[in-house]
Amino acid sequence: MTHTFLGMPSTAPPGVGHLRGTEPFPSAARRSLADPQLRRNLGHATATIRARSAGMIAEVPDWQQLREAGRAIKTDVMARLPELLEQLEARVTEAGAVVHWAADATEANRIVTDLVRATGSERVIKVKSMVTQEIGLNEALVAAGIAPVETDLAELIVQLGDDRPSHILVPAIHRNRAEIREIFLRAMPGVDPGLTDEPAALAAAARNYLRQTFLTTKVAVSGANFAVAQTGTLAVVESEGNGRMCLTLPETLITVMGIEKVVPTWQDLEVFLQLLPRASTGERMNPYTSMWTGVTPGDGPQAFHLVLLDNGRSAVLADPTGRQALHCIRCSACLNVCPVYERTGGHAYGSVYPGPIGAVLSPQLTGVADNASLPYASSLCGACYDACPVKINIPELLVQLRDQAPHPRAEAAAMAAAAYTMDHPRLYEAAQRAVRLSRLAGRRGCALPPPLDGWTASRDLPDPPAQTFRQWWAGR
Amino acid sequence: MSSRDLLLGRLRAALAAGGPQVPVEVPRDYRHGGPLDLDRFVARLIDYRAQVHRVSEDAVADTIAAILPAGATVVVPPGLPSGWLPSTVTVRPDHDLDNGRIAAADAVVTAAAVAVAETGTVVLDGSPDQGRRVLSLLPDRHVCVLRTAQVVATVPEALARLTPQRPLTWISGPSATSDIELSRVEGVHGPRTLHVVLLP
Ligand code: SF4
Repeated sequence: MTHTFLGMPSTAPPGVGHLRGTEPFPSAARRSLADPQLRRNLGHATATIRARSAGMIAEVPDWQQLREAGRAIKTDVMARLPELLEQLEARVTEAGAVVHWAADATEANRIVTDLVRATGSERVIKVKSMVTQEIGLNEALVAAGIAPVETDLAELIVQLGDDRPSHILVPAIHRNRAEIREIFLRAMPGVDPGLTDEPAALAAAARNYLRQTFLTTKVAVSGANFAVAQTGTLAVVESEGNGRMCLTLPETLITVMGIEKVVPTWQDLEVFLQLLPRASTGERMNPYTSMWTGVTPGDGPQAFHLVLLDNGRSAVLADPTGRQALHCIRCSACLNVCPVYERTGGHAYGSVYPGPIGAVLSPQLTGVADNASLPYASSLCGACYDACPVKINIPELLVQLRDQAPHPRAEAAAMAAAAYTMDHPRLYEAAQRAVRLSRLAGRRGCALPPPLDGWTASRDLPDPPAQTFRQWWAGR
Repeated sequence: MSSRDLLLGRLRAALAAGGPQVPVEVPRDYRHGGPLDLDRFVARLIDYRAQVHRVSEDAVADTIAAILPAGATVVVPPGLPSGWLPSTVTVRPDHDLDNGRIAAADAVVTAAAVAVAETGTVVLDGSPDQGRRVLSLLPDRHVCVLRTAQVVATVPEALARLTPQRPLTWISGPSATSDIELSRVEGVHGPRTLHVVLLP
């Protein structure tokens, strides 16, 4: 445990977990922008999800009322966080589980590692969870001689490819089917050498590969989408059934959740279970949602541990405006509408939390000095705010964080100008015309003229969108 | 000092730093219910690739006989009405079946607790006619028998009928993934085929 005074809100410690990139956003973005395959995959994926989600949202006549309710519930949660967590702890404990409190990533990793060691298991199955990526749990388990197996198809692709996730919802969005087939052939033990790159064949290969692992592993680690203080009920939403496997088959279940995931009442789920799937995957409801309260005798894991994690959240809570970032239900809608994310992808953001929400959450969790370029990774076009199912005012937070970020002035100007220009077709065309002129004048490449060249030094310029994202969203 | 006290202390200090708290009134002027439209429910189930059979109660066994090949092994929860099961299949009631035997079965037949018409969702709650969660998870085919009285229009109505303390599984179509280039593939780890038998 870190030696901090009682009552001092604290940022996430460095040296553990994945909240900090190894380089600033502009230089990381330059590499992504130079990868045409990545940009094509991202463009296709974000456009597809946007269209699906828009159709599903249009079906719901009271969408705006649900968003308002979602925002109000989360505002209430933040205002009463300590008492709600105590209530959750009491209910979960009464239901036969053990609650652990972790001040930071290091402590959470130690708690989980010790719990797994105590079972004697040398392997854990994991269901996709952002928070365990945030704290670097897999690295901690491996260091302790425990093998973590990611069971979500996309996470499995990322893990077998020795890669990093690039999107909250579809972490392997940067890989196409041919690349996935190659990864499976190279890294999946026992895979059929005749494997084709049909998505159904690739999914079936993952099913076969993981089936035995599910049936023989005694410990699972999960995250949680919601935890109900009133009843002690945890909820996980998913699509593939790997979540159900992890939550049902093992003898021991360890759930790690950020403290902001608590909701006050059972009734509150009626709001979030409507908002999340439509905003996220663009479905009326995701294929599977599991809910459990403590331990059910004779059904599912007979030992259940809940780890409540701070890791910088108390510091975010201390800022009355900034704490909105804790309202996030990780739907990824803001990523899919973001003109900057669509071009750079998730890796450029460094932290496990990419896109607009990452640009406001990561700097607050780590302290803004450690993620100083992220608040500039935006055009402030406002599409994220319009898309967010719990109405987080991301542009407002970006502006506030820019005021706090000790950022090199030239770079900041280049970032902001490039991002702004991308979202404003007329300026963009003017900039492209300038590029054409500069090329005629004998300059090499097709980078933008200063001050934009700080960001675009080594890439082609994509065609400007026909309309801004704000217009698109408003007219959708 | 325990981490619990440290953490709660931090949060109280963080809130105090933000100034006095104003109580939040949650507006709940969204829809809490609606007219039940069974045809819409069926359409939504089909939209998510579930197969739907609307039959009378005395036709359940024949319907299941038509769905499952003769000789199929079927696991069932101990409280499932025995009249629902055809004589053409081999029935294994769940009296502590081990996971291997459940996984080896061709199908599972369960009842359900609640269904949501707007979203095409059925919810299982572990009652004796639905059984342990693992039963409806490992076999490749799930046949779920539902009564019209169990179907509600909206998500809020469904939550109001459910008991939070029971283990709940919300199922909307078969297991699916869109992780590969966003093309939807049915059936990753859960049952690859879902049949809903809807009774009057
Ligand atoms: S900030 Fe809003 S839109 Fe973005 S992931 Fe979170 S909930 Fe979704």
